[in-house]
Amino acid sequence: MPEPMIVAKQVSKWYGKFRVLNDCSTEIHKGEVVVVCGPSGSGKSTLIKCVNGLEPFQQGEITVDGISVGAPTTKLSKLRSRVGMVFQHFELFPHMTIIDNLCLAQTKVRGRTREEAEKRGQKLLQRVGLTEQAHKYPGQLSGGQQQRVAIARALAMDPICMLFDEPTSALDPEMINEVLDVMVELAKEGMTMMVVTHEMGFAKKVAHRVVFMDEGRIVEDARKEDFFGTPRSERAREFLSKILHD
Amino acid sequence: MNYHWNWGVYFQEVPGGGEYYWELLVAGIGWTLAVSACAWVIALALGTVIGTIRTTNSPWLVLLAKTWVEVFRNIPLLVQMFLWYFVVPEIIPALKRWVIQVDPGTAQFLAAIVCLGLFTSARIAEQVRAGIQSLSSGQRYAGMALGLTPTQVYRHVLLPMAFRIVIPPLTSESMNLIKNSSIALTIGLAELTFRAREMGEYTFNFFEAFTAATLIYIVIAMTANRVMATIERKTAVPGFIAGGSR
Amino acid sequence: MTLDIDVIQRSLPYLWKGFQYTVQLTGTAALGGLFFGTLLALARLSAVKFLAYVAAGYVNLMRSIPLILVIFWFFFLVPLIVQGITGAERPPQMGAERTAIITFIMFEAAYFCEIMRAGIQSIPRGQVDAAYALGLTYAQTMRLVVLPQAFRNMIPVLLTQLIILFQDTSLVYVISATDFVGAAAKVAQRDGRLVEMYLFVALVYSVICFAMSQMVKRLQSRIAIVH
Repeated sequence: MPEPMIVAKQVSKWYGKFRVLNDCSTEIHKGEVVVVCGPSGSGKSTLIKCVNGLEPFQQGEITVDGISVGAPTTKLSKLRSRVGMVFQHFELFPHMTIIDNLCLAQTKVRGRTREEAEKRGQKLLQRVGLTEQAHKYPGQLSGGQQQRVAIARALAMDPICMLFDEPTSALDPEMINEVLDVMVELAKEGMTMMVVTHEMGFAKKVAHRVVFMDEGRIVEDARKEDFFGTPRSERAREFLSKILHD
Repeated sequence: MNYHWNWGVYFQEVPGGGEYYWELLVAGIGWTLAVSACAWVIALALGTVIGTIRTTNSPWLVLLAKTWVEVFRNIPLLVQMFLWYFVVPEIIPALKRWVIQVDPGTAQFLAAIVCLGLFTSARIAEQVRAGIQSLSSGQRYAGMALGLTPTQVYRHVLLPMAFRIVIPPLTSESMNLIKNSSIALTIGLAELTFRAREMGEYTFNFFEAFTAATLIYIVIAMTANRVMATIERKTAVPGFIAGGSR
Repeated sequence: MTLDIDVIQRSLPYLWKGFQYTVQLTGTAALGGLFFGTLLALARLSAVKFLAYVAAGYVNLMRSIPLILVIFWFFFLVPLIVQGITGAERPPQMGAERTAIITFIMFEAAYFCEIMRAGIQSIPRGQVDAAYALGLTYAQTMRLVVLPQAFRNMIPVLLTQLIILFQDTSLVYVISATDFVGAAAKVAQRDGRLVEMYLFVALVYSVICFAMSQMVKRLQSRIAIVH
């Protein structure tokens, strides 16, 4: 069993009386692809944002590659530079060209030279099939193209793992596949991935495990075959029956 | 620093008069509030009319409204004050005859409220216009579809909602008006700032004089704010969140 | 009533000097105010409570009292403060023109602060998240991602504030500084030609401000960054 890359132990988060995350524990090992799903408001986006410290949490522990996310001594910016994240609304920087988007963190955080960064950026653009767009602005690209660039931007930092927060939820249906294809390739190459998504087709194809959340709790955490075959919890069964159209 | 503090200066007698300095300040407050209140009435009445006709379909009315706003917007308030007090009587001989025979304070007061009233009416017109235009065009169509005449549509459908939307910007506009009333000191009107400077010049206790004026303006501003907040609360439409200004 | 246009022509050199001061004051106050205003905005938005309160207090104070009173305050206080710093025996004679520059920078900073604050807050949280997720620090995020976008979005509002500032500088009249209006007033009083001088001043301001506001309107449609 490869060593754990992301470990969450009894993580809880609340806003006043409202509990967003309730005692969540799970492990993601090196090379594993874990899909996190659940109804809206289940806390799945919050959980993934806690993993790289974008959201603080009041209780519990999260470690990434052995480094504690919640510890005050941890330099979060350094940790985040090693963990890639892709957002629902792409969040490319609109005032910069595509290639500048790819080079920004490489030069400012990793300290690479502009030439190195551009070379790496171009290679990644090639990988996601968007080399001609290098000098365009995000506003000139379609949603699917922007999201593929966002993935390339995260990969440019040579991350040890990738977090995806509903990467296809904001896309028009005809563009979902071009993004999923890139993610499938990534999974096949052995990238450790934590993916919050509704796309069960993707889960069935490349996920190793599926985590189901409801009302801030991890209700089910099973191997893919088990989850889609015979989910143990009533809630998970209900959810699956509603979202699976096949 | 050899400044002589004297917080008791407010209770000193004015040289030559029989009054105390605090009485002068109070008289100044009186003029500030009087000028502001009268100018506000003028501004609100005219501003509402101009703002409303700006949203009609008649090109002539729209042009009139646009011109009104541009004229009062592009000339500094100080210059407008000089125009009303010094220039207009020269152009209208009947007015000049009246000004010469009447108490100078009256002439100053009249010039001040006309100047401030018209200046502020242009600003209110723009806010009323924005308020009306922020309502969806569907509202206008719905009114017309019911058979209401354009005037009725404005009176019963558009203006009632527009006013509620416009209360926050009107609040800040009323506070601007109170601050702008200080410009009347340049034509000799003995409002609050005038009296504060006068007190400073006679006693050299500028710090005490200006502090009093500052605190008084803050109190007036807070009161105006409270009054408008109460109006806003009393006239609020349940379930409707005003667009734009927040 | 006959208008003596000649008086305008005769006094043009003097008026021009006053106008130059107006432009100089406007420009200096705009740049200084924008710089300090951005700092104030960052202070207001910062997580350090003390900074946020002090900045908010300063901004609210500047926005609650009339500009004329602010001008009087600074005209009175600045020489005293300079005396305090340099330890001189008596407050230095600083002249209205110089205190006016300090006054307007400090005053405009409060207004630019609110504009920049609105601009910064209009940048979606996702942009900040994305920058942090890449490993950028707070300073880098502000400098490279948030402020460039905020500033660009706010350019029409900032320019409108500039037009307002251009008109507000006329208030240095109350401390007898000689700006464009002050120069015209002096000529008007000396030659007894109030009508011609003040109408001329009004005309010049109208033309300039109208032209500037039209340019801002045209700029507005071309510059917005769409999210």
